[in-house]
Amino acid sequence: MTPLTETGWLGAAGALAAAPVIGFAFGWFLERGGLGSAPKLAGQFYLTDLTVFKVMFSALLTAMLGAFWLDRLGVLQLDLVYLPETFALPQAVGGALFGVGFLVAGLCPGTSCVAAATGRRDGLGVIVGMLIGVWLFNAAFVWVEPLYSATPMGSIRLTDLVDIPSGAGVAGVTALALIGFAVAGRIERADR
Amino acid sequence: MRRPRPYTDPYLAGIGVGLVLLAAYVVVGQGLGASGAFASVVASGTAALQGTARAAMVPAVAPYLPFGVSSPLRDWLVLELMGVVAGGFASAWLAGRLRRDTERGGGVSSAQRMTAAIAGGVVMGFGAKLARGCTSGQALSGGALLSVGSWIFIATCFAAGYACAPLARRLWR
Repeated sequence: MTPLTETGWLGAAGALAAAPVIGFAFGWFLERGGLGSAPKLAGQFYLTDLTVFKVMFSALLTAMLGAFWLDRLGVLQLDLVYLPETFALPQAVGGALFGVGFLVAGLCPGTSCVAAATGRRDGLGVIVGMLIGVWLFNAAFVWVEPLYSATPMGSIRLTDLVDIPSGAGVAGVTALALIGFAVAGRIERADR
Repeated sequence: MRRPRPYTDPYLAGIGVGLVLLAAYVVVGQGLGASGAFASVVASGTAALQGTARAAMVPAVAPYLPFGVSSPLRDWLVLELMGVVAGGFASAWLAGRLRRDTERGGGVSSAQRMTAAIAGGVVMGFGAKLARGCTSGQALSGGALLSVGSWIFIATCFAAGYACAPLARRLWR
């Protein structure tokens, strides 16, 4: 039964030892897909290169379906997997800021590390900027705190929000993603 | 120097990332992350400069100082992100894609690109802290668990990106 850390199979030291291995595989597949290259990522915002959408949503779909079925088969206890808490307003504002930063930087936090690791100076620039941005947030925390803590909703899933079974939510997101992939294919064919 | 090999099909690379994320759920009971590691490094740096006790008084810093120890090497996300660096390097190396370069659109100089990279990073770092995560921790890891906040993040991130894209066109032309 898993998660291994929650069912007593893996201690804190084991989890720390797994971290670089999991990270290595993550960085490997990001680079394989071309996500270490800023102009390629930025192409998503001009619909000239849809790699970001394709990688992101095929990854999301794989993990979502895998977790759902492993839970059904009794291999993974999905309610023990850490579900981030929802704070609707700060996450809406933070997401929008993040999107603007992503557009200008051309890389997100994880992919900036891949870009820097493969020799891209702009990747290193994004890393430096990120560290400054986090420091600024900490320094301004007294003023940001009311927004940061606003609209807490707890650990909540989309399926709780509309009160449907988790299987229906998984099927819905799968259908949406498949439609998205079809649209992405159309956009690419129209570009040619 | 041999020619760089073409990238893997994005859907295959995405399935690879998805299986890694699934493995993280199964092995450590949590998803992947990136911005959290940056937060951890900044918290440790703050603690090193001001002393752990004073740094821990800032509510935004305290959660990143587990056990009162200020070494980022004790943090899961920092070790994971070091793995990301190694994995990205290994993949690019084997594919002949390692290259010292400043990648940019044709409309800007290298210096302008570096300025934009840093400025974009600043806004992104601030936004990721406010949203409690980034494309890895929120969009991917939370999104696959159908977390409401993660999907809010995905929606506003792309909406803002597309809304501002015409203004930033010169950067990526």
